[in-house]
Amino acid sequence: MKPTKTLLTAAALATAAGSLSAEEMTIVSWGGAYSKSQLKAYHEPYSEKSGVTILNDDSSAEAVAKLRAMNEAGNITWDVVDVVAADAIRLCDEGLAMEIDPDTMLAPAPDGTSAADDFGDLLVSDCFIPQIVYSTTFGYRTDLVGDTPPADVCAVFDLEAYPGKRSLEKRAINNMEWALICDGVAKDDVYDVLATPEGQDQALAKLGTIKDNVVWWSAGADTPQLLADGEIIMGSTYNGRLFSVIEEQNQPVAMLWDAQIFDLDGWIIPAGLSEERQQRALDYIMFATDTQRLADQAKYISYGPARASSAPLVGQHAELGIDMAPHMPTDPENAKNTFLYNYEFWADYRDDIEAKFQAWLAQ
Amino acid sequence: MTDASQNAGPMLAADGTPLKQSLARSLRRQKLRALLLISPLLLFVMFSFIVPIASMLFRSVENGMVAETLPLTVEALQSWDTQSGELPEEAVYDAFVRDMVVAVENKEHTRLGSRLNYEETGMSSLFRKSGRKLKKMDPETDGPFKEQLIEIHEGWGDPQTWSVIKTHSPAVTNGYFLNAVDMRRTPEGAQSQPEDKRILIKLFGRTLFMSLVITASCILLAYPVSYLLATLPMRVSNLLMILVLLPFWTSLLVRTSAWKVMLQQQGVINETLVWLGLVADDARLIIINNQIGTIIAMTHILLPFMILPMYSVMQTIPPTYTRAAKSMGATNWTTFWRIYFPQSIPGIGAGSILVFILAIGYYITPEIVGGTKGVFISNRIAYHISSSLNWGLAAALGTILLAVVLLLYWVYDKIVGIDNVKLG
Amino acid sequence: MAALTPISRKPMSVVLPAVALAGAFAGMFVGAGNGSIPLGILGGAVLMTGLAWVFINVLKNEQMARWITILGFGIAGFLLSGPMGGVLGLLGGWFFAWFIYWLYEGRYRQKLLPYLTAKQVFYHYLFRVICGAIFVFLITPILVVLPLSFNAQDFFTFTPEMLRLDPEGYSLKHYRDFFTNNEWQRSFKNSLIIAPIATVISVSLGTLAAIGLSQSHVPGRRAIMGILISPMIVPLIISATGMFFFYSDIGRFLEGTLGMNKNFVGYLKVILAHAVLGIPFVIITVTATLVGFDRSLTRAAANMGAGPVRTFFSIQMPLILPGVISGGLFAFITSFDEVVVVLFVGSASQKTLPWQMFTGLREQISPTILAVATILVVLSIGLLATVELLRRRSERLRGLSPA
Repeated sequence: MKPTKTLLTAAALATAAGSLSAEEMTIVSWGGAYSKSQLKAYHEPYSEKSGVTILNDDSSAEAVAKLRAMNEAGNITWDVVDVVAADAIRLCDEGLAMEIDPDTMLAPAPDGTSAADDFGDLLVSDCFIPQIVYSTTFGYRTDLVGDTPPADVCAVFDLEAYPGKRSLEKRAINNMEWALICDGVAKDDVYDVLATPEGQDQALAKLGTIKDNVVWWSAGADTPQLLADGEIIMGSTYNGRLFSVIEEQNQPVAMLWDAQIFDLDGWIIPAGLSEERQQRALDYIMFATDTQRLADQAKYISYGPARASSAPLVGQHAELGIDMAPHMPTDPENAKNTFLYNYEFWADYRDDIEAKFQAWLAQ
Repeated sequence: MTDASQNAGPMLAADGTPLKQSLARSLRRQKLRALLLISPLLLFVMFSFIVPIASMLFRSVENGMVAETLPLTVEALQSWDTQSGELPEEAVYDAFVRDMVVAVENKEHTRLGSRLNYEETGMSSLFRKSGRKLKKMDPETDGPFKEQLIEIHEGWGDPQTWSVIKTHSPAVTNGYFLNAVDMRRTPEGAQSQPEDKRILIKLFGRTLFMSLVITASCILLAYPVSYLLATLPMRVSNLLMILVLLPFWTSLLVRTSAWKVMLQQQGVINETLVWLGLVADDARLIIINNQIGTIIAMTHILLPFMILPMYSVMQTIPPTYTRAAKSMGATNWTTFWRIYFPQSIPGIGAGSILVFILAIGYYITPEIVGGTKGVFISNRIAYHISSSLNWGLAAALGTILLAVVLLLYWVYDKIVGIDNVKLG
Repeated sequence: MAALTPISRKPMSVVLPAVALAGAFAGMFVGAGNGSIPLGILGGAVLMTGLAWVFINVLKNEQMARWITILGFGIAGFLLSGPMGGVLGLLGGWFFAWFIYWLYEGRYRQKLLPYLTAKQVFYHYLFRVICGAIFVFLITPILVVLPLSFNAQDFFTFTPEMLRLDPEGYSLKHYRDFFTNNEWQRSFKNSLIIAPIATVISVSLGTLAAIGLSQSHVPGRRAIMGILISPMIVPLIISATGMFFFYSDIGRFLEGTLGMNKNFVGYLKVILAHAVLGIPFVIITVTATLVGFDRSLTRAAANMGAGPVRTFFSIQMPLILPGVISGGLFAFITSFDEVVVVLFVGSASQKTLPWQMFTGLREQISPTILAVATILVVLSIGLLATVELLRRRSERLRGLSPA
């Protein structure tokens, strides 16, 4: 009796599911406000234009592991994936992402500049289509830092002037650079020093001075929550999160624009899709990374568009009505002390340093 | 009937077959029927669970990557002695370049680099950097390669590099298991990891220790509550049971986040203590991101698993025994310790094993409230599966963990019997 | 329950010191919160003793005394530390009014055996208090989640407005979000599809197997039991990756070779994976019920000409139903609360509620998950009440008198 019932339910399900699977694609992203900005700026207009239903999967944090597993199992369920540049490079190197030709697969700028020139240096990998420019930087509680708010990134390592907990991401990237900068290494030499085992030890030793006062985060939502609780006095996170804490949630938080690490986030298309799905994914990419669309996204979140031609089109926040340009990491005022992230270095040394860092963390 | 009584032959059943045979057949049929009832589920579990888990765990010894990516090199290295302290000959370098050109074409060299980096830090960058330059070489015309390779990266001039490749070339390896117990595979056999990489044994120890503490605190908290539930009238105890089951039914993620809200330094507990003046504002209790946080939150989460079996055992203890003891002059303590407690031991056993097994496998709760000091071995497994992508090591760690659990299961089955667990 | 012991009023020499002690204890916290602990202890003791004396000797009206204490304490609390203090004051007042009369009238003896000594009575209540504290520990997370789900902000933080009980600090927006947001609705719907079907599969197969296992001659019983319980003991993360590879192969076969619909196969994969995880609970609970099952009943039925199927459905099933239902509920909650396996085995169109909660915690703190949790708590109270009613019914059917 029960098996038949199950079969009947299953059959009912199959028919129900069959009716909506016509044209569907799965887009993987980070979730939260960021996915919402993509939904408004890209997904909704694209669905309207093409009739394709877009499914969201907020799994970007595990993208590399899952793409590798999918590739191994020969069962790729994702069509377009939003990843940070370092992950894109890794995926590209391992043959898990498809190579993109910017001239034929991406839209040129309205004035006719080719996509390759419009993105310029930001095309850091053959598989990667940059979407936004973001910064990882520090936010601090204005009511907990006393009369002299921190002015530079080294305040993080200054336990005397700023006692209390701080939050750092649970990985080597970014933290090692800040540690070296604050240990007296010149910004230009950071990666040369970090390439040597002694340099890595130096950075870990510097991080060791504050290890007992660090709350390690792994999810983007952690630092904003910790700041809102007053659990930490300062912490690293993406500038868009801080924007939301300060401007949308009105928390007593301010942000540092010093030695913030300038990084990219964008799309890749998994390798090994069927012809039909690949075409759909490319069509979506062509649409979603054109000049207007990239500028549109900045209405919903304070990340800078990756195309040079989009910058002048950045307007006001869709709900708050404030000018978004001064909140972008690309704004000249904010970008004065930017630290340039070295993609090639981290592609080469990520495994080495990460292994060392995680072992250090567990000690 | 008369036939049977007259014949001196075997006793016959009603249908004329010998009774012994008939009974055996009936027993066989009974067995068969039981097996038929079990078989759908057994096949389902075997097929969809045991086999996949076994093949996952098989990754802990599987090591085809080196030999598949660098077939010629592995062959050429056969004749090279890792102990010699000298670099291999040109033939090895030549074979290596041939292999690498193919590997770079197929985008396999970076994965091999990552694989070897698990064993020797620095291999990943070596392979990535060299791969970019080797791509442009033609194995037929550009030789000899020894000098050129050392020119590209000095790592190729270090016998250690070649030794690592040779040591990890067999298709089946014990390397991951050695790594799992803080050792490593070297040409000279298994050796200890360097000091700063020895963390896993410590983590295993911590996992066992903290699981024990969690189990003990669960026993401590569950015993009085189960006793109360078992002695109260059924209608009242069933209502109180809702209080036990309610948290059990609340999403694990929500409960864990609730504990985070409770335990933080600016959290509910600390705020209340400060408000009451029991703790100074600058001396707030540190009860999150360490072992205490994990222990509190996990004790709470696993407590129902202790209460339910204890309660069901205590329910069966007749109250007349304790009354009899008291009427014969035993004090309260003697009555409890000599009469009641021994009868409740099976409940403690059942609950403890359940809690202990569940505790050592947990990873979401320690991840959220445990910081770096309060995490378990499962967190390490999750890290190796989703971040470092070292699935071989994850599988080895998982196998060891599973072996521990199976051992416990066996002991538990011997002492209590697995069908004596009752979940409410 | 009827009174076991006739009660009598207690002399002042017992009541007043006990009340003074309790007053001092409460006064200590109030004092600590307001500057001076000794003053708080002294004040609490004096105030409570005075109140008790006045109530017992002068006022002699329990009803009125209760209202005086509740209101008086409430107002005092409000004046001392705002609305929150007011609420605490009301509760404290209610407690003390009850406590004074509970002691004075000797009501604490009422439900106890008459021969207990004073010490035994004391221990009895001490034990109750300890158990009460453990129960509080058990439900604290829910007590935290409940108010936070009405937070007007997007964080898991008790804001100053909330603590002042200011209506500004509260809002229903997270509930609105749950009911209007497509992602939440879709994942809720998916959970409602996946969990019941997975439960039906694990319950039907599990019950059959448990009945098989409970027969007297089963070869390799322990090993079989071990295999069937294994999904509970293998660490989840290992199960998840193992099943991912397995179900990818199955999925490819079903889609590619048999040409089945992609979405259907997706659901099937998650449902089967969850069914396996729920099986140990069904096996354990149903075997436990069968241990106490009177086998002569099935023999009697067979004797009277019922076939095995009929015997099962009209004799065995009704009797083991509580075990089956309780196993089913465990299997249901396993699937309904499972996040690790679905993250691996499922794809976006099978996103379940816990998955959505997981991303809700990771990428953007959204108290919507607290609203969902609150809704689920209310639902599960309903479910548990249903189970309790079913249990009582089954006891009636079995002819057992409710204990």
